[in-house]
Amino acid sequence: MNVIETSGLGKRYGSTWALRECSLAIPAGHVAALVGPNGAGKSTLLNLAVGLAAPSAGGVSVLGGRPAGSPAALDGIAFVAQDTPLYKNLSVADMLHLTRNLNRRFDQHYAQTRLAELSIPLKRKAGKLSGGQQAQLALTLALARRPQLLLLDEPVAMLDPIARHDFMATVLTAMADDGVSVVLSSHVLAELERVADYLVLVSRGRVQVAGELDDLLASHRMLTGPAADAGRYAGRAVVHVSCGEAQAHLLVRASADDPVPPGWEAHPVGLEELALAYLREPGTAALPGPARGRTLKLETGEPSEVRK
Amino acid sequence: MTALTAPARPEEDASLRPVPWRRMAWVTWRQHRITLAGVAVFLGALAVCLWKVGLGLHQAYAAAVACHPVSSPGCDNLQSRFSGMDDFLANGYNLLAVPALIGAFTGAPVLARELETGTFRYAWTQGFGRWRWTLAKLVPLAVAVTAAAGAFSVLLSWYYQPYFAARNAALSLPELSSLGDGLFDLRGIVFATWALAAFAIGALAGMLIRRVVPAIAATLAAYTGLAVAAALYLRQHYLTPLVTSNLAFNKTPGSAWILSQWWTKGGTTVSQSTMNHVITPMFYRTFPQVHRSAPKGTAVHVQKGQTLLDVLHYLARHGYTEWTRYQPASRLWPFQWIEGGWLLALSVLLIAATVWLVRRRAA
Repeated sequence: MNVIETSGLGKRYGSTWALRECSLAIPAGHVAALVGPNGAGKSTLLNLAVGLAAPSAGGVSVLGGRPAGSPAALDGIAFVAQDTPLYKNLSVADMLHLTRNLNRRFDQHYAQTRLAELSIPLKRKAGKLSGGQQAQLALTLALARRPQLLLLDEPVAMLDPIARHDFMATVLTAMADDGVSVVLSSHVLAELERVADYLVLVSRGRVQVAGELDDLLASHRMLTGPAADAGRYAGRAVVHVSCGEAQAHLLVRASADDPVPPGWEAHPVGLEELALAYLREPGTAALPGPARGRTLKLETGEPSEVRK
Repeated sequence: MTALTAPARPEEDASLRPVPWRRMAWVTWRQHRITLAGVAVFLGALAVCLWKVGLGLHQAYAAAVACHPVSSPGCDNLQSRFSGMDDFLANGYNLLAVPALIGAFTGAPVLARELETGTFRYAWTQGFGRWRWTLAKLVPLAVAVTAAAGAFSVLLSWYYQPYFAARNAALSLPELSSLGDGLFDLRGIVFATWALAAFAIGALAGMLIRRVVPAIAATLAAYTGLAVAAALYLRQHYLTPLVTSNLAFNKTPGSAWILSQWWTKGGTTVSQSTMNHVITPMFYRTFPQVHRSAPKGTAVHVQKGQTLLDVLHYLARHGYTEWTRYQPASRLWPFQWIEGGWLLALSVLLIAATVWLVRRRAA
């Protein structure tokens, strides 16, 4: 099952496309990271997926074909919006009661236990909680709905490192215990590396990369060699070139088995390096697209992988 | 951090039963009880004022009516005491702001506050569904506001009662037209429906403007425009007005709502300026006590209307006919139902439009 599936999805505000020609399928069972610079279209994509925005072009469905924003879709999705909006004048207990009344399922025991663990007092007004506590409250409310899909829009952007860590720990616990699929948008790359196992890279309103993180990392290498030789790779599977005085760093699509040219060294890449390389080259059109894994493998000469 | 074991998710049933409506009752109450309490306090305070003044007014009226003989100086005193009491709130224009205020302050924030603070992203992504959420907020609040305004207008009806009594003219007491501006919309069902209309305008303005204070301001402006248009242009056309000649001769009660008057002579209309040339000298001849030098607007006390009739008889003898277009006071309830009806229809339409906008809204 795909938790989010889009085809030719586009969203235009006035004459500006916030997102265009977005075709993508995020399978269930992942923590998918939606990465991209500010204004790239991450929030737009999430808003489209929960039905807060209507597409200008194409379509989007969630949880295996439910139309985005439909009652059936909203029943299975919990969305924590940017800046975790809560009713500031309501107490924590009232927020729980409110969320319980607005949903078919609500796990009051889970919510109360979680808030007790976090030492968030039930009687305090939501507006009087710290930023980290507000984020945790919003997340707890979302998880207590027992969703199949949890959507988080920039959940940690405003949080300090400890609050950030605690927040992500809660997400991962829910993922492990309850099997909830997660899609979260962020531009904090370092944080994502620990939690994400699926990557969707959005830039200038277009999807640039999408795929399982392990596949993506396995099919990219960082080559380091003499700067004078950097041109030899031009036109091949080079994603990004950064040249120093003597040495050039090339991020290329290549597996660990691919031969390394003499005088060059190959290193595995991390999420941050990979994402940065693609984000610096938004025009490379290195578009794996919806059939992401396959295109990448074909270019590197490997047999295409069949996903279950 | 301890891992909490979550209970298994219930099986997805194919026919997804929506969250019951009654669950929203608590939500609406919890989030709007302060506004509703504010409306109750505001109307309550105003009601206490009206009640105290109204008691005095009713006592003065009862004393004036009971006085005998009617033309004795003592009775004159009582009559002018009652007549002099109408300066406070008797002029209903001040009270016309009440439905506008309670409607705008309850209606406009319902959606505008959610959109302004971003909480709509929470509220509209819950399982309840966002158009149902909107309907479940707007309808109970609209009913509450209408009911509060309706209760308040019962008090207003009582307060103004003495002014509409049939015997007033005979007793030289003020007799007002129940259809006139500023009084028609304070009584019966119309007051409540104006409050409802203000609420509905507010809800839609909040959805369109998305900010609380500008939405309230826009609501008050739109409401004022609508109320002025209704009073000046619409209301007189609800039913075809009656036209009569020489109204004063026919002793049509002062409770009639006079729309326009004009004079004719020999079948042609005589302009007002020509009539002034005819009437003014005649007037000063009939009322020698009024001097030309008297400042404009000086009140002339015409005892029992007798001498004014002399003027009219004089004009009639010389071939002048006075025509009057008016709505009789007996049309109060038909007019109330017509105005209440279209306001109710308008409000339903506005609320439906608001719900539709929420449903199709793009963030």
